[in-house]
Amino acid sequence: MSNDAATATPAVTGTAGTAGDAAPAPEALPHGLGVSLPSADARAKSEGTFPYAADLWAEGLLWAAVLRSPHPHARIVSIDTSHAREMPGVRAVVTHEDVPGTPLHGRGRIDRPVFASEVVRHHGEPIAAVAADHPDTARMAAAAVIVEYEVLDPVIDPEQAFEAEPLHPDGNLIRHIPLRHGDPEASGEVVVEGQYRIGRQDPAPIGAEAGLAVPRPDGGVELYIGSTDPHTDRDTAAAVYGLAPDRVKIVVTGVPGATADREDQGFQLPLGLLALKTGCPVKLTATREESFLGHAHRHPTLLRYRHHADAEGRLVKVEAQILLDGGAYADTSSEALAAAVSFACGPYVVPNAFIEGWVVRTNNPPSGHVRGEGAMQVCAAYEAQMDKLAKKLGLDPAELRMRNVMSTGDVLPTGQSVTCPAPVAELLEAVREFPLPALPKDTPEEEWLLPGGPEGAGEPGAVRRGVGYGLGMVHMLGAEGADEVSTATVKVHDGIATVLCAAVDTGQGFSTLARQIVQETLGIDEVHIAQVDTDQPPAGAGCRGRHTWVSGGAVERAAKMVRTQLLQPLAHKFGMSTELLQITDGKITSYDGVLSTTVAEALDGKELWATAQCRPHPTEPLDGAGQGDAFVGMAFCAIRAVVDVDIELGSVRVVELAIAQDVGRVLNPAQLAARIEAGVTQGVGIALTENLRTPRGLIRHPDLTGYSLPTALDAPDIRIVKLVEERDVVAPFGAKAASAVPVVTSPAAVASAVRAATGRPVNRLPIRPQAAVVTGA
Amino acid sequence: MGQREGAAGLTTHAPQAAQAVTLPGSLDEAVAALAAMPWAVPVAGGTDLMTAVNSGQLRPAALVGLGRISEIRGWQYQDGHALLGAGLTHARMGRPDFAALIPALAAAARAAGPPQIRNAGTLGGNIATAAPTGDALPVLAALEATLVIAGPGGARREMPVSHLLAGMEMLRPGELIGYVRVPLLHAPQVFLKATGRTGPGRAAASVALVLDPARRGVRCAVGAIAPMPLRPLDAEAWVAGLIDWDGERTLVPEALQAFGEYVAAACIPDPAPEVDGSVTPLPPAVLHLRRTVAALARRALGRALS
Repeated sequence: MSNDAATATPAVTGTAGTAGDAAPAPEALPHGLGVSLPSADARAKSEGTFPYAADLWAEGLLWAAVLRSPHPHARIVSIDTSHAREMPGVRAVVTHEDVPGTPLHGRGRIDRPVFASEVVRHHGEPIAAVAADHPDTARMAAAAVIVEYEVLDPVIDPEQAFEAEPLHPDGNLIRHIPLRHGDPEASGEVVVEGQYRIGRQDPAPIGAEAGLAVPRPDGGVELYIGSTDPHTDRDTAAAVYGLAPDRVKIVVTGVPGATADREDQGFQLPLGLLALKTGCPVKLTATREESFLGHAHRHPTLLRYRHHADAEGRLVKVEAQILLDGGAYADTSSEALAAAVSFACGPYVVPNAFIEGWVVRTNNPPSGHVRGEGAMQVCAAYEAQMDKLAKKLGLDPAELRMRNVMSTGDVLPTGQSVTCPAPVAELLEAVREFPLPALPKDTPEEEWLLPGGPEGAGEPGAVRRGVGYGLGMVHMLGAEGADEVSTATVKVHDGIATVLCAAVDTGQGFSTLARQIVQETLGIDEVHIAQVDTDQPPAGAGCRGRHTWVSGGAVERAAKMVRTQLLQPLAHKFGMSTELLQITDGKITSYDGVLSTTVAEALDGKELWATAQCRPHPTEPLDGAGQGDAFVGMAFCAIRAVVDVDIELGSVRVVELAIAQDVGRVLNPAQLAARIEAGVTQGVGIALTENLRTPRGLIRHPDLTGYSLPTALDAPDIRIVKLVEERDVVAPFGAKAASAVPVVTSPAAVASAVRAATGRPVNRLPIRPQAAVVTGA
Repeated sequence: MGQREGAAGLTTHAPQAAQAVTLPGSLDEAVAALAAMPWAVPVAGGTDLMTAVNSGQLRPAALVGLGRISEIRGWQYQDGHALLGAGLTHARMGRPDFAALIPALAAAARAAGPPQIRNAGTLGGNIATAAPTGDALPVLAALEATLVIAGPGGARREMPVSHLLAGMEMLRPGELIGYVRVPLLHAPQVFLKATGRTGPGRAAASVALVLDPARRGVRCAVGAIAPMPLRPLDAEAWVAGLIDWDGERTLVPEALQAFGEYVAAACIPDPAPEVDGSVTPLPPAVLHLRRTVAALARRALGRALS
């Protein structure tokens, strides 16, 4: 990231510390909530000594390789593994015939074979797996499995999926939501229409995807993987292996960054099968190509919109059709569609909404959870519509948005009232008022960074600057009645606190937050976080801000219970309630200063344990008309994008993104700033370069040369203009999830700015150079 | 190169690769090593070769490493020319002293990827790989560079770089690209590249343009849009005739514009009319590429004459 914390942080308001100064004066180390506690493993990770799954090793291990389909759609006539089995060094070859338990699995819906048996439905679908004494032997043996295919025509256009022959026994329609809200006859004086397309983003986790399976003496198996949802993955694995869930244990190794479901089960499940079959540990480290083929992508989406507004620009009605390409298997597509339909109008007051949403099955690579899914695609479309409406009405785009913004108490098109803080107007005002960056012509020539880069072809005379806005929203936690619960245990012994909680730190910083919570509650500085495994009670998947809220809440409750256990005897002795005692820096003092002792003395060698759960208020599924209180909470942000466009070459450089975000409460300023900057930058990728192309259903260029992630030079200056700390009363600590909403909003803001610079419609993301060229200029 | 030793001495990538690695200290030793092991593959920076090895597409039985041949890692002067060693890295060519000699090659070297690639990748490797997007190639084509090929027994032969890139002449077994002879023109040169992002990226199109005041010529090559760099010879000759070589050496904007369009139309021609006289229009993406080439060529000439 090129943005420098030193310039970004002075603008941060209402925070107890800033990203820039990690060492405030009074204490040696920061501790507690609201300070920038550094991550415990930051040093090991930056020095390269932190063990990820790819670094694990076990005595006598074998190496696995997975044979994947080269076709997007084919009938399997026969599979002949005999040559592969006979190769020296090969210890086992498994296919669909070797799956002892349920042959199907799936994150959202159980519809995906562990190994394809009769039909392959997407490029890269696993067909067989091999364990051998050397990774190259394993790969060669996998290549020696002879599969005879009868190649079928792939269905690659989601619009054709409705009419096409069913690709799966479950049919091609994964979900349809016809949302109806308000008066269908309502109409406005001004109508704008548009059609928008969003490409396929790959989460492209930088760390290698890897796993190690170790058989257990009791006939079970342990999987060492970078799982983000270990208990669900364990239940899936146990069902596939035909074992009781307690015979399968998942140990979560360090997760090298996850903005989606981290690992591809297409290789995890075979790993355990091979370990059970051979009785040996089996390891696999996925190549970048396998990683692109294996894991879920963001849903490519086609959107058609019609906005009705009155002469003053107030929205009257929104009609939309949203078509998500779910790829070959359902995965979490149903949830993505719910978000897309529910947030199809954005953070605006829309009295009448008629939204048809579909997610369909095709022979494209499966889509699934990539943060902000559903909400991101519609944000790009409704913000494009707002720009169109502003143009038609001759209004400033920010002014038009201001006339429509939602606030607490307004109603979503799903009929759900927004009960949490929704300071959208305040956010928009903050980014609007923030001073604009200098134009290139006002800065020294040698400091210019024109579109195309430092050695690029950019020419100042052809560069136009544009300013655009994006407002976005996303839900937090699981939706539509998903049981959200997390359990945490806090132990204190010898002046050290330990947190045991199955919440995976996917890079969102949960382990740092858990340390801060315990420090705050117990006044103990040294807090350890136990490694996550499935022997601990479930904590849910590491996504949608779940762990800050649900697991953070569980840790706080457990810590409070330990605090009571610790202070109760003292309070009793001195005839006061525990509330009148406080713990700071390992010392217990009473309100009047009479009592003063240390935590170690109070513990007296005892070990204190407490376990607690946190379960937010329940939600309900959307009904047949897309109505229902489906979401626990929502987060909002406003982004102002400033871009420079070379209008002859169509190259775009995002100069600056100014963001104001509704965060509830800042728990760790440095970590929060990092999450926002990362999210915004991921959104820049969606806006400009990231699109995994799949002509005829085949993934082209499955590598990081062909798939352009933003580099430091592509990342703009990110200004965190304002963090609105209006506490969400139902959330523990009042904090909201912070990572997803910048991803949702920044692509829309960049597109809006390119529209302003070029006057072109920009209906497609990523923005192709052709779409940003001004001909005849 | 992504090799990682496992705890048991296992590697995750290509352990059988390079059973034999030879590291000759001179060009002739390298040629001798290749002659002795015809199955061996020469490797300089390895930025292309080793990705092929690591992905399992190439399993060289032996490697001849060219990294220790100091004679090809610098350059020397030879009657108005620079004799560039094939082992010059992009990083070295990007430095100011080199840029003062051959500015367009320096600009191409600086644009040739992230620092890791520029530190390892070499001029000779760029030519040998002959990727359409090789950034040095249009510059060498515009400069009409000559390759000095080292062969067995101390033999040296020369061939124009365009002959090798066009496949008119090939390297024979045991031969290596030793040097690249480039004229020192003492006049402005420009290399411009259009990419999809601000950070390092492969060229969508690139243009190299050099002025040759002694021969009163403008030479231009367009890279990345065809398997080899394209030279719009008619456009070069036309624009060279417009320039007042003894005077200001400037052109009116309309002439620059016309030159850009001339170059673009030469490199991306309109399709030939059908039998019935109808013309299929170029697809939008190709039209955009043509506009890009026109803009690059116009800008390049404008910068060279400014």
